[in-house]
Amino acid sequence: MSTSPKLDAKIPEGVLENKWTKYRSTVPLVNPANKRSLEIIVVGSGLAGSAAAASLAEMGYKVKVFCFQDSPRRAHSIAAQGGINAAKNYQNDGDSVYRLFYDTIKGGDYRAREANVHRLAEVSGNIIDQCVAQGVPFAREYGGLLSNRSFGGTQVQRTFYAAGQTGQQLLLGAYSALERQIGMGAVQMYSRHEMLDIVNIDGKCRGIIARDLVTGKLERHFGHAVLLCTGGYGNVFYLSTNAMGSNVTAAWKAHKKGAFFSNPCYTQIHPTCIPVSGTHQSKLTLMSESLRNDGRIWVPKRKEDAQAIREGKLNPNDLKEEDRDYYLERRYPAFGNLVPRDVASRAAKERCDAGFGVNKTGEAVFLDFAANMMRYGRIEANKKGIYNPTEDVVKQLGKEVVVEKYGNLFDMYKQITGVDPYENPMMIYPAVHYTMGGLWVDYNLMTTVPGLYALGEANFSDHGANRLGASALMQGLADGYFVIPYTIGAYLSNEIRTKAIPTDHEAFVTAEKETAEQINKLMNVKGTKPVDYFHRKLGLIMWNECGMARNAEGLKKAIQDIQALRDEFWKDVRIPGEANNMNPELEKAGRVADFLELGELMCIDALNRNESCGGHFREEYQTEEGEALRDDENYAYVASWENKGNSWELHKEELKYENIKIAQRSYK
Amino acid sequence: MSGNMNITLKVWRQNKASDKGRFETYAIPNVSEDMSFLEMFDILNEQLIIEGKDPVAFDHDCREGICGMCSMFINGRPHGPLKGVTTCQLHMRSFKNGDTIVVEPWRAKAFPVIKDLVVDRSAFDRIIAAGGYISVNTGNAQDANSLPVAKENADHAFFAAACIGCGACVAACKNASAMLFTSAKISQLALLPQGAPERNTRALNMVAQHDAEGFGSCTNTGACEAECPKGISLSNIARMNREYLGAALMS
Repeated sequence: MSTSPKLDAKIPEGVLENKWTKYRSTVPLVNPANKRSLEIIVVGSGLAGSAAAASLAEMGYKVKVFCFQDSPRRAHSIAAQGGINAAKNYQNDGDSVYRLFYDTIKGGDYRAREANVHRLAEVSGNIIDQCVAQGVPFAREYGGLLSNRSFGGTQVQRTFYAAGQTGQQLLLGAYSALERQIGMGAVQMYSRHEMLDIVNIDGKCRGIIARDLVTGKLERHFGHAVLLCTGGYGNVFYLSTNAMGSNVTAAWKAHKKGAFFSNPCYTQIHPTCIPVSGTHQSKLTLMSESLRNDGRIWVPKRKEDAQAIREGKLNPNDLKEEDRDYYLERRYPAFGNLVPRDVASRAAKERCDAGFGVNKTGEAVFLDFAANMMRYGRIEANKKGIYNPTEDVVKQLGKEVVVEKYGNLFDMYKQITGVDPYENPMMIYPAVHYTMGGLWVDYNLMTTVPGLYALGEANFSDHGANRLGASALMQGLADGYFVIPYTIGAYLSNEIRTKAIPTDHEAFVTAEKETAEQINKLMNVKGTKPVDYFHRKLGLIMWNECGMARNAEGLKKAIQDIQALRDEFWKDVRIPGEANNMNPELEKAGRVADFLELGELMCIDALNRNESCGGHFREEYQTEEGEALRDDENYAYVASWENKGNSWELHKEELKYENIKIAQRSYK
Repeated sequence: MSGNMNITLKVWRQNKASDKGRFETYAIPNVSEDMSFLEMFDILNEQLIIEGKDPVAFDHDCREGICGMCSMFINGRPHGPLKGVTTCQLHMRSFKNGDTIVVEPWRAKAFPVIKDLVVDRSAFDRIIAAGGYISVNTGNAQDANSLPVAKENADHAFFAAACIGCGACVAACKNASAMLFTSAKISQLALLPQGAPERNTRALNMVAQHDAEGFGSCTNTGACEAECPKGISLSNIARMNREYLGAALMS
C-alpha cells in the first residue's frame, strides 16, 4: 500500500518527541503589521471555534465568527459532561505525555496518526493551565489543588472536571475569551448565521456564503483562510446525543467543493445513555462516562429474572449478588467497567440481543451505584468519626458524596425517566454520540483545499476508529488554542500580498447563485411530508445497518434504501413558509438533504473496510470471543473520499507506526 | 403516537418583530407523558405543516438543559411549573390530561421578539463582552496547580458559573432586570484569585452595559432565583453590589 499523492500529511521529520517542538519553532511567522490585514473566517463557536477565534484575534488577525445558534455560548461543546484529559501526572500515578499518547492510539484501535496524537498529548497540559487562568472552576481538593478522576480506556487518573458540566465550563471560558475580543472589535460575530457554501478562487478557499437565519438573506464573506469548527455528524442517525441543530452541512459543502472526507464510517456509540422510550423521541441523553467510575454495569444471570424485571414483577434491588452478571468485569477483568466505549457498547448489545435486557423494550442494562454509594458512606463515616454507623446513616452519607460528584446527572436522569436513580439502578443503553471521521487534514489541520482548515470533531485526525472519553474536549481546545495559531502561519505567511478580494468577484456571485437555487429547489418541491419524516427514516436505516454492528449485505441494502429515500425526499418534502424569513423547517431541510448524501458515503466506507476496528464492527470480522478483528496488512490506512459529483473516489493515506508496536487491543 | 393525554395549547404567534401578535389555540391529542414539552411542540408543528400552516418558531438546541437556548414562558412561569428544570427537560407527566397550557415568549424590552416564541438575547453577550472575562491571552498561563484555590471558593465560583444564560431571570422579574445573570459572572470571577486584577473595572463596566441594554433595576423580589433552572443564588447579587460599590468608591 502506498499513500495517495493527493494526501501529503506534511508530518515533520525527526523523532516523534521532537517533531512538534521543532516544527513550532521553524514554521514561518507573519509579522504583526501584516496580521492586521489578514482576515480569517471561523465557522462554529464550540471549543475549537471559540478557542481558535479568540487566540487568532489576540495575535492580531482580523476574525469573523459564524454560528447558527443565537449566541456562540450555545454550541454543543456546552453539553460535554465528564471531563478533559491532560497528562499532568498530578496524581503521581505514572502518567506521562507518552502514556496519554499511547492510550489514545491504542484506544483508537491503531487507526490514528502518531504525530498528531503525540502533539495532542504534548499540549494537553497547557490547556488546563490556560483554562484555569481564564477562571474555569474545575473541581478541587480541600488543599486547593485540582482534582482528577478516571475515564475509560486508561489506568491512570488524568481527567479534570467540573461536576458533570465540564464542557459547559470550558466552553464558557473560551466564550469569554471570544467575547473579550468581540468587545475590543477584533472579532466580528455573526450569530444566527448558517454557512451554506465555501468559495474557492484559483484553487484556494477565499470565503463563504452564509444565510442570515433571521432575515433569510444570503451573504458573501471573504477570508484569506476559512476554519471549519463545525463539529460532528452524529445526527445522521436522527437519534443521537447531539443537539437538535448539530449538522454536517458546512463540512459537506466543503466536501463537495474539494475537501476529502475521511473514515466517515467511524462513529462512536456511547454505552451509557438513557434508553429510547417511544416514537416521539427527538434526541437521546447521555449519562456521563464518569459514572462508570462508580457505577457497576450488570444484567441478570438468568433470562427468567430478566423477563420478570421487564414485566415489573421483580425489583432489581432484590436480585441477589450471585444472580447478577457484571459482564464487563467478567469479560475484561483488567479494565472492568472502564473499558473503552466501543467495547462497552458492543458488550451491552450482546447481552440484550441474547435476551437479558431489563426494560420494556429489552434494550437496556443496569448501571448500579448502590455498592459504591455504601463504600463512600463508610469512608465519610470514618472521616466524621462515626463508628458502627447504621446502614441508613452510611447510605445517607454516601448519597451526599454522589450528589456532589454527579448530582446534575442524577437529577437529569430522574427528570427524563421519572425514576429516582438514588434508590434504583439506572437503566442505560448505547446511543450515537461522536464521529471520529471527518474532513481529511494534514499536520497543519488544512484540508485538501488550500486555505480551508478543519478543527475539532469536524476533522478526522486524532481519535482513529474510537475516541477515548474526555478526549474530545482536549482535542477541540488543543486545535483551537495551541495548534492552529502556529500552523496557520505556514499558509498565511505566503498570503501577505493577497489583498482582500471584493465579494462581487465572479466566484462569490456564482456560489451565492448556486446556494439560492438549492434553497428555491427545496422550497418548490411542495410535497406532502415534513422534513422529520425523512430524517427519522434515514436514522433508522443508519442505526440498523451502519450502527453498532454492520455486515456487507446490510450495507449494500442500506445504500439502495438511502438512494431511494433521497429521491423521495426531493419529490415529496414539504417546507412551509418563505425563504426570506426565519424558517426553521427550511434550515432542517437543507441539513437533512446533506445527511441523505453523507449516509450513503458512510455505508460505502463501512463496506469498503473489510475488517473490524474500534467503533466500526463488521460482523464478518471478529475473533472467536467476539472482539473486533483488525486487518493491519490491508486496512492500516485512512480512507479518504473525493467527491466526484454522483460518486466517490477512494484515496488512501498509509498509517505508519514507528513508535508504537501495533497489537491486538486487549483490555482483559 | 403513544399517549393518552389531550392537551390544549394557547400559543403566542407573531410573524415578526413589528407585528402585533396574538394567541392561537391548538388541540394536541394522544400526548404521551414520557414526551418532553418540546417534543409536544414537534408534534404540533408536524401537524401544522401537514395542514399547510406555518409551524411555531421556538428556540431549542441541546434538549438536555445545558445550552440555554430554550425559552418558553409556560402558564406564567419561565420554563414552566417545575423548579430547577428547563423547558426542554420538562416532561408531560408534569401536566394532567385535559390541561390548557398558555405559552408565551420571554417578555422584556431588552429581549425583542423575533418570531413567535423566539426572542433576541444578544444583550447578554454584550454584557459579557463588557467585562465577563479574565484578560489572559492564550499561552500566558502558569501551571494550573501553582494557584491553589480554597475548595469552598472554587465550589461557589462553580455554582455561579453554572448559569446557562437562558434569560429566565429576566422573564421572571417584574422589572425585567438581568442582575442575576450579570451578578453570576461577576461573582464567579470575584471568588477566584485570577479575577482579582480586573474586579473593579469588571463590575463597573458590566453593570453599565446591563443598564444600557434596557434591563430594569433589582428590587430584591427574588423571582429570578425562584425561577432560575440552574439554582443561581440571589446572594450573587449581593456580592455584585459589594463589588460595584467597592469599585465605585475607588473610581
